[in-house]
Amino acid sequence: MSERGSASLWTDVATVMWKEWRELLSPGRRGSGRSGWLSIAITVGIFGIFLPWQMGLDWVQSPMALVYWGWVPLFLVSGVVADAFAGERERHTLETLLASQLPDNAILLGKLLAAVSYGCLLTVAGLLLGALTVTLAFGQGRLLFYPTLVAVGGAVLCVLASGLAACAGVFVSLRAASVRQAAQTLSIATMLLIFVPVYGLQALPASVRAAGLAWMSRQNSTTVLLAVLLVLAALDALLLAAARLRFQRAKLALNV
Amino acid sequence: MNEIAIHTENLSRHFGDVKAVDGLTLDVPAGAVLGFLGPNGSGKTTTIRLLLGLLQPTAGQASVLGWDTRTQAHEIRWRCGALLEHTGLYERLSAEDNLEFYGRIAHLPATERRARMRELLERAGLWERRREPAGTWSRGMQQKLAVARALLHRPQLLFLDEPTSGLDPEAAAALRDDLERMVQSEGATVFLTTHNLAEAERLCQRVAVIRRGRLLDVGTPQELRARAGGGAVHVELYGRGLDERVLALLQARPEVTSVHPHNDHLQIELRPGSDVAPLVTAVVGAGGQVEEVRKGSASLEEAFLELVREEAPPPSQAASQKEGAR
Repeated sequence: MSERGSASLWTDVATVMWKEWRELLSPGRRGSGRSGWLSIAITVGIFGIFLPWQMGLDWVQSPMALVYWGWVPLFLVSGVVADAFAGERERHTLETLLASQLPDNAILLGKLLAAVSYGCLLTVAGLLLGALTVTLAFGQGRLLFYPTLVAVGGAVLCVLASGLAACAGVFVSLRAASVRQAAQTLSIATMLLIFVPVYGLQALPASVRAAGLAWMSRQNSTTVLLAVLLVLAALDALLLAAARLRFQRAKLALNV
Repeated sequence: MNEIAIHTENLSRHFGDVKAVDGLTLDVPAGAVLGFLGPNGSGKTTTIRLLLGLLQPTAGQASVLGWDTRTQAHEIRWRCGALLEHTGLYERLSAEDNLEFYGRIAHLPATERRARMRELLERAGLWERRREPAGTWSRGMQQKLAVARALLHRPQLLFLDEPTSGLDPEAAAALRDDLERMVQSEGATVFLTTHNLAEAERLCQRVAVIRRGRLLDVGTPQELRARAGGGAVHVELYGRGLDERVLALLQARPEVTSVHPHNDHLQIELRPGSDVAPLVTAVVGAGGQVEEVRKGSASLEEAFLELVREEAPPPSQAASQKEGAR
């Protein structure tokens, strides 16, 4: 039997990620062909070709591109992470997985990182392809790329936003009775994440809003980006801790 | 290896008021195939979950291969293979990928992993179809694949939870053949839950009977049969002319405790230690033409039924017990 220890944790995490990716890329249940690859191609096509072509130079020059770096991974990860535990439970594979040699952390981190890597890889692929599209369509022989702040900040934003969706998704999926229930809960959470700040700001007194905007205008974009990244990092850490607390083998085994 | 593969002492698991496993004390010798028999909802699956450390006991203790199930469950899972209530196969993945995943989990080196996968798939007759999604296979093939997965890392102990349940008779017989062959070639201890008594009789050296979480009896199938019948001798008499007159003659004999006509033969039960020859002589003397005599003790099925025969639990309790075990 192989040696085991803390070093092997990452081997186990990689094993779980390998399985998750195989399932993501596998044909659908009804033998609908390469549905995994197809959905990836459609996603990358929309965010890498269609939208950049529509937006033109703004796609690479406007700081608004950062919204995509944050929103796209949220959307992508939410679409797959509901399946993490609820799917295993629904398809009766969870108990066998729990009865395997995998340690708790490897199962949890493997599923989280598979979702994060899915969101990040597709977002980065879409944005690189987007830069290429804009270059080919509007570059007039010049190579067009994102400003350094957008590229670096966006990459970190992409990882943290993926992490947020993955941690929240795993947290929900651990208890959800079905994938549908987990997906619905996640959809509601995502909508709240978008609409609460928007409508919450509108609900504030005009003077408070004005003071807030005045403060914002005094900050440079780097400070604002850093503040957003810090808030996201804190939320990621909080949700990861909550998911680890919720992952209890005995409770999961009771509910398979 | 320890001489005792599984040791439980007063092991109990309650779900609210329902005692899914109730004071189970049991030893399973290493290398043995133990049949864990019981009606539906009797606590078989819960016992496996307790032994694998997936559930914590309410009371009592258990050790598997010398490791404590409460505190060393991870060590136990490294040394055990399990085919649980469901096959646990990823239906969208190929058979090969299913085994690859569990081979990686067991840290088998790549070359050893591939060789072992080929060995097990060939033995189960599945090698040629290894690239097909497991979900497209018949239930019998899926069960075979799940058994192969459980054996992949050469476990010292194998848990099989009703492996032939839900299979048609042909598929069940084929899987039983495979199981017997695989178990013999691997030399592992096997903890097999089933309510198929023919399966238990064929595969198991020892049998334990559980009902409502309590262990009723344990021993070899022969010991259980002997204890169930109280040593009584069962005789089946085939022939012609086994009419009312012969029946009355047999009923009058002191060693005969019961006689029943059954289809084309008579079923006769004799007191323990009775000799069959004088009985046959008497039947022939009375004009009966005896063609065949079959003698034996109680079947394992009779032994099992005698052990578990008791008034059925109230429906609400039976339902909640099943729910608890899930």
